[in-house]
Amino acid sequence: MQLAFSADQQVLAEAFGQFFSRESPTSVVRRAEPLGFDAPLWNALGAMEVWGSDATLSDLCVIGETAGHALAPVPFAEHVVVSRLLARPALLSGDSVGAISPREANAQGIWSIVPAGAIADIVVGLDGDEFVAVASPAPFAGPANHACAPLADRDSRSGERSVIGNRHHFERSMSELKVITASMLVGVAALALEMGVEYVQQRHQFGVPIGSFQTVQHGLADLPGRIDGARLLTHQAAQALDLGRVGHNAVANNDITDPHSLASMALLFASDIAADATARSLHFHGGYGFSDEYDIQLAYRRARGWALVLGDPTAERLALANRLWPSAVRP
Amino acid sequence: MDFELAPEVVRYRERVREIIAAHHTPEAVQHQHASGTFNNPALNRALAAEGLVERAVPGLGAGDPIELWVLFNEMEKAGAPLDALAMAVMIAGVVQHVGTAEQKAAVIPAVTAGDALICLGYSEADAGSDLSSLTTRATRDGDQWVINGAKMWTTMAHEARWVILLARTDASLPRHRGLTMFLLPMDTPGVRVDPVHTMATERTNATFYDDVRVGDHCVLGEVNGGWQVMSVALSFERGVMGGSNPGVSLLRHSAQWAHDSRRINEPAVREKLARVAIDNHVAALLTQRSAWIAASGGMPGLEGSMTKLFASEAYQQASRWFQEMAGAEGLLQFQQPGAAADGWIEYDARHSPVTTIYGGTSEIIRNNIAERHLGLPRMRR
Ligand SMILES: Cc1cc2nc3c(=O)[nH]c(=O)nc-3n(C[C@H](O)[C@H](O)[C@H](O)COP(=O)(O)OP(=O)(O)OC[C@H]3O[C@@H](n4cnc5c(N)ncnc54)[C@H](O)[C@@H]3O)c2cc1C
Repeated sequence: MQLAFSADQQVLAEAFGQFFSRESPTSVVRRAEPLGFDAPLWNALGAMEVWGSDATLSDLCVIGETAGHALAPVPFAEHVVVSRLLARPALLSGDSVGAISPREANAQGIWSIVPAGAIADIVVGLDGDEFVAVASPAPFAGPANHACAPLADRDSRSGERSVIGNRHHFERSMSELKVITASMLVGVAALALEMGVEYVQQRHQFGVPIGSFQTVQHGLADLPGRIDGARLLTHQAAQALDLGRVGHNAVANNDITDPHSLASMALLFASDIAADATARSLHFHGGYGFSDEYDIQLAYRRARGWALVLGDPTAERLALANRLWPSAVRP
Repeated sequence: MDFELAPEVVRYRERVREIIAAHHTPEAVQHQHASGTFNNPALNRALAAEGLVERAVPGLGAGDPIELWVLFNEMEKAGAPLDALAMAVMIAGVVQHVGTAEQKAAVIPAVTAGDALICLGYSEADAGSDLSSLTTRATRDGDQWVINGAKMWTTMAHEARWVILLARTDASLPRHRGLTMFLLPMDTPGVRVDPVHTMATERTNATFYDDVRVGDHCVLGEVNGGWQVMSVALSFERGVMGGSNPGVSLLRHSAQWAHDSRRINEPAVREKLARVAIDNHVAALLTQRSAWIAASGGMPGLEGSMTKLFASEAYQQASRWFQEMAGAEGLLQFQQPGAAADGWIEYDARHSPVTTIYGGTSEIIRNNIAERHLGLPRMRR
C-alpha cells in the first residue's frame, strides 16, 4: 500500500508540472481559443515522449493532472486512449492526433460532438456493434462551445476505415478515457482552489483580506478533502485497469474493485468537485471572477466542458447503478 | 500509488469480519437500542481474546495503524457499536505514550482484555467548541489534588472504569496552558453520573466532580500539559477510529428498502444509491490514506478532519434523501409494521445530525483547514 505518489511518480509530476507551467501558461490557453488546440504546445509535448512510452495508466494520470492544472489546450486524454489502443507510429510520434467518440454513430454514420474531433485525423468509436477506427483529415473547425474545446462531428464511414473490435473493447477504452479525464479534472479543481486561496488573501474589503471572513474560508475549506478523495479514487481506478483483474462489487460491504465501476466513479466524483471548486473560487473572486480578464473563468468553463462532453452525469450514475445493483434491472 | 492490501492485512480483516458477524447479532442491536448503551461487551471480549484489541492499541507495537483502521472500519461498516471500544483503545494508546509505569500496568491489560472502558471528560456545559475555556478545576492541597466541576456529554461514563478528565490547574497561565489531564477511576468518591438521553437513543451523561481528592499518580502526562495529552489522543483518533464511514450501513439499509418496496428500478432511487456508493467509497479511501500516513510515521490530523467533514456531511445529506424517498414509511420506527428497512431509514435520519457535531463540529474543522491547511489569514472576529 502506498497512498501517495511513488518516488517515480513524484519525479513525473514535477517534470510535467514544470513543463506545462513553462509551455502552457494561461496566455497560451487564451491564444488557443476558440479552437482549443495549440500546435507548438502539442509538438513540445510530443518531444517529452509520452505517447511512445510504456507508461502505465496510473503514470498517465499523474501527467494528466498536470495537464489539467495548466488547462493545457491539447487533447491529452483522447490521444492517450487512442495511442494505447492503436499504437500506430504516427500516433506515437504525435504526427497524428487521436480522438474517441463517446457517442455511437447515428443512422447516417455520424459521430456527433466528438472531443478532439476538430483536430484529430484518427477517430475511433462505435458504429453499430463494431468498434472502428477511421483515418480522415481533421476539419480544424467545430461548433463554438463552453470550454473552447476542439469538438466536431465526424463521419464514421468515410475515410480509411478499419474494424478494431467490438463493444467490449470500446467500453475498455471509454473507461480509460474516464480515468484520464478524471485526473485532468482533479488538476482543474486543484488549480481553482489555488487561485481562490491566492485571490482571497490579496483582495481587501472592509480593511481586511476577504480570506479572513469565515464564510469565505469555509467555502474553500470544504474543497481540499474532496480533491484528495478524487485523486485517490482516480488512481485506484487506474491501478485496477492497469492490473486488468475482473474485480467485484460487494457494495453492501463498501468493497468495489471492478475497474469499470471505479472508472465511472472517478469521473463522476472528479467532475463534481471540479464543478464545485471552480464555481466557489469564481464566486469568491466577486465581479472580477466573471470578467474575461481573470483566469478563473478559463478553469470554470473547462471543468464543465471536459466532463460533460463524455455525457450526462445522471446517465453515468444510472449506468453505474446497473453495475452495482445488477440483479435489480432484471424484469 | 498502490491500493493493494498486504495478504496478512486481508487475513486479519477476514478474521475481524468473522468475529463481528458472530457477535453483532440482531439481539445485541436490539439490546443496544433498548438500553441506550452503545457497546457490545461480548464482541469486545471476542476481539480481545484473539489479541485483536491489543494489536489496535497505538504504540504497543503489537499491530500497526493499518490494523487499527481495519478493525474500526469493519465495525463501522457492519453497524456494530464501536465508540466505547475506540475510546478505550485510544486512551490506552495515550497512556502507553505519556503514562507512568503504574498507569500502564493498570490500564493497558484491562483494555486489551476487552474489559475496561474509559470515557472522555473534556466538554462542559459552557465549553464545547471553545474547549480551552473550561472551568472544572483541580487545586493543590498538600500532596493531593482536589477536583471540582462538572462535565457534559461524558459518553459511557456509566460503564467506564476510568475517565480522562481535563481540568484547570493554573488559572494564571494562558487558557490552553493551564490545563492538566487526570486519569481518574470512576469509583473515586465524589464522582457522580447523571444520564443524558438523546434523540438517537444513545445515552450520554453529565458527570459531576465534588471535592474529588486524588494523588499525583492520577495525573496523566505533565502538570499543565493537558492540552498536549489531548492532542496525542486526537492524533490517534482522527479519521482512523470510526466516524468516517457511517454511510455504508445507511446504503445497505437504503438498498434493502428499495428492494423491499419494489422501488429499486426507479431511476431517481438508483441515482441516489449510486451517489451514496461513490461518497462511501471516497470516504473509505480517505480513511485508508490517514491510516497509511500514520503507518508511515506521519500525523494525519488534518487529513482525518477533512475525512470526517466530508463523510459526515455526505451521510447527513444521504439520510435525508432516503427518508424523503421512503415517504411516510420512512417515518416509522423499529418494530413498527411497514417501517422502511425495518425502521433503519428513520433511525439514520435521527442519528445523522450528531455526526457533524461531536468529535469537532464541521465549522470548527473548516476553521482548522482554512487556517492550517490553506494558510488563510486569522479569522476576522
Ligand atoms: C452524543 C454526543 C456525545 C458526545 N460525547 C462526548 C464525550 O464522550 N466526551 C466529550 O468530552 N464530549 C462529548 N461530546 C461533546 C461534543 O464534543 C461537543 O458537543 C462539540 O464539541 C460541540 O460543542 P457544543 O455542543 O458545546 O456546541 P457549541 O460549541 O456551543 O457550538 C454550537 C454551534 O456553534 C458553532 N460554532 C461554535 N464555535 C464556532 C466558531 N468558532 N466558528 C463557527 N461556528 C462555531 C458550532 O459549529 C455549532 O454548530 C458529545 C456530544 C454529543 C452530542
